[in-house]
Amino acid sequence: MTVETPIVQLQQVSKHYGGVHAVDDISLDIHHGEFFSLLGASGCGKTTLLRMLAGFETPTKGRILIDGQDMTAVPAYDRPVNMMFQSYALFPHMCVADNIAYGLKREGMNKQQQVERVREMMALVKIEQYAQRKPHQLSGGQRQRVALARALARQPKILLLDEPLGALDKKLREETQFELVNLQARLKTTFIVVTHDQEEAMTMSSRIALINAGRIEQLDTPRRIYEFPATRYAAGFIGLANLLTARVVSQQDDIVTLYSDQLGCEFNVSHGQPLATDAEVSIIIRPEKIQVTQRSDNAVNQLKGIIKEIAYLGDVSIYYAEIAPGIRIKFTQSNVQPLAEQPISWDQEVTLTWSAYSCGILSQ
Amino acid sequence: MKNSRLLQIIILVLGFGFLYLPIISLIVYSFNESRLVTVWGGFSTKWYGELLNNSQLLDAAWLSIKIGIINATIAVILGTLAAIVLVRYKRSKMRSSLDIMVAAPLVMPDVIIGLSILLLFVSLENMLGWPQRGQLTVILAHTTFSMAYVTVVVRSRLISMDRSLEEAAMDLGAKPLLVFLTVTLPIIAPSLAAGWLLSFTLSMDDLVIASFVSGPGATTLPMVVYSSVRLGVSPQINALASIIIFVVSIAVLVAGLMMHKQEKRLAAGG
Repeated sequence: MTVETPIVQLQQVSKHYGGVHAVDDISLDIHHGEFFSLLGASGCGKTTLLRMLAGFETPTKGRILIDGQDMTAVPAYDRPVNMMFQSYALFPHMCVADNIAYGLKREGMNKQQQVERVREMMALVKIEQYAQRKPHQLSGGQRQRVALARALARQPKILLLDEPLGALDKKLREETQFELVNLQARLKTTFIVVTHDQEEAMTMSSRIALINAGRIEQLDTPRRIYEFPATRYAAGFIGLANLLTARVVSQQDDIVTLYSDQLGCEFNVSHGQPLATDAEVSIIIRPEKIQVTQRSDNAVNQLKGIIKEIAYLGDVSIYYAEIAPGIRIKFTQSNVQPLAEQPISWDQEVTLTWSAYSCGILSQ
Repeated sequence: MKNSRLLQIIILVLGFGFLYLPIISLIVYSFNESRLVTVWGGFSTKWYGELLNNSQLLDAAWLSIKIGIINATIAVILGTLAAIVLVRYKRSKMRSSLDIMVAAPLVMPDVIIGLSILLLFVSLENMLGWPQRGQLTVILAHTTFSMAYVTVVVRSRLISMDRSLEEAAMDLGAKPLLVFLTVTLPIIAPSLAAGWLLSFTLSMDDLVIASFVSGPGATTLPMVVYSSVRLGVSPQINALASIIIFVVSIAVLVAGLMMHKQEKRLAAGG
């Protein structure tokens, strides 16, 4: 896997619109058979990046290689890439079967094979019974499947998906996520998805590129992005996070000791890279890593707080504890107990603790 | 309650009367025996018979239809191209001036259009010996302003069309010309049809511009009707108008039925 050339290579790709740098010097390799997500807030440049891969935009600078071949100047209709559009872009004047066959006709495939492939594609996404319908006679979910079948019919090397689940309702979205993953695993086609929904990216992808202001903020597996965010932005964008500012006191092996002047307490955090003593850094602690403890001995990684807000979400509750004026810590507790026995209530004093191995240090 | 219902009916009758009474009286008087258009002299179809022998009127009608069809076809082609340029191409000085030029015939009075085009034709003829004023010059003049209407109609359709449809076609391997023929054109087709009908009607209807630019031997129907009305209306004109109304009504009815059938087919499919 590692020795073969990546299916997609972006080399210092930039796209400028007037003075705006929509995509700013991005270099990126995507491997064969990956389910890759471009994740970011709207306007971060992820869609521009996808459109450059499809061939609808030409980069201002840099090169795009697909399967080792320079595709920077190749027009969209000659690229071995197909795209599923956010609006699905189904041709309204053609029935489902004709929509799926459109790309095959352009390839000059003979009629018999076309019919065969269209049937195969409709079976793949389970829309056989709608072959003769027009797009406006289909539901949102069915349309999404037709769009998927049409984009896959030409057996592209890469399938680009622009917010593939954006137009579906929540329940359908969850089902479709797994279907997409299974489909990708079966076809072994490289999928590149653009999404603003972190949950979607986490569920489906093998790797995520978190994009912010035209640059890659972090590129990693979903698990590592969540557990070890590289920057404050990454920590804030994916999941809930508590960030505390502290000063590096000492470092021994992989444990860093820090001190917060503001809170007047010490923290131990596991961190691999060496840090300068006295450097100001942020500690990130995920809410579910925090435990409520009965001990109260002012040990490391211990904070006292008063519960100010409780958000009951059903399966879990999120508690906001004030540890110092203006500084709040979020932590979650599973609601294992029945309704009557609320474990923690408003204005209660709690002691919170976490392990040095379940938090991290952000240098930026 | 009862009063307001009565009022509604009265307003409805007045409204319909206002719209249709002139047409009905025109049709009724086309079957008038009397030579005077405004005096009823009994039922007769003799004016239809005379119409068939009136080659001047029939020639003019045929000429107008021919000019209308040629004009509408050219206007649709040019107007669509202009609309595509205005919607699809990047904003530039050239585009802005085209935008203004396309809109100009919509707001300019017919008299001015007619006069300016006439002046152009006259000076061209003096310099190049072309064009001779006649059918060709009427077509050219009509196309000039019909095109503007087509552009407006097609443009609004293009603006409301989802751009990603064209991108999807291109993504699936279609080169730009094929994208236009297989995706854009079928989607904007209704606006082309509307533009064609509009151009045809405008051309059939036009008296002022045609009077300016036409030459001997190219007298359009409105010109004949207008000049004969000045000498006193002949009931033949009523007969001709009735025939046109009949043909148009049939066309509208057929179009309506076809649309209804298509809708029913779509509904049955869904």
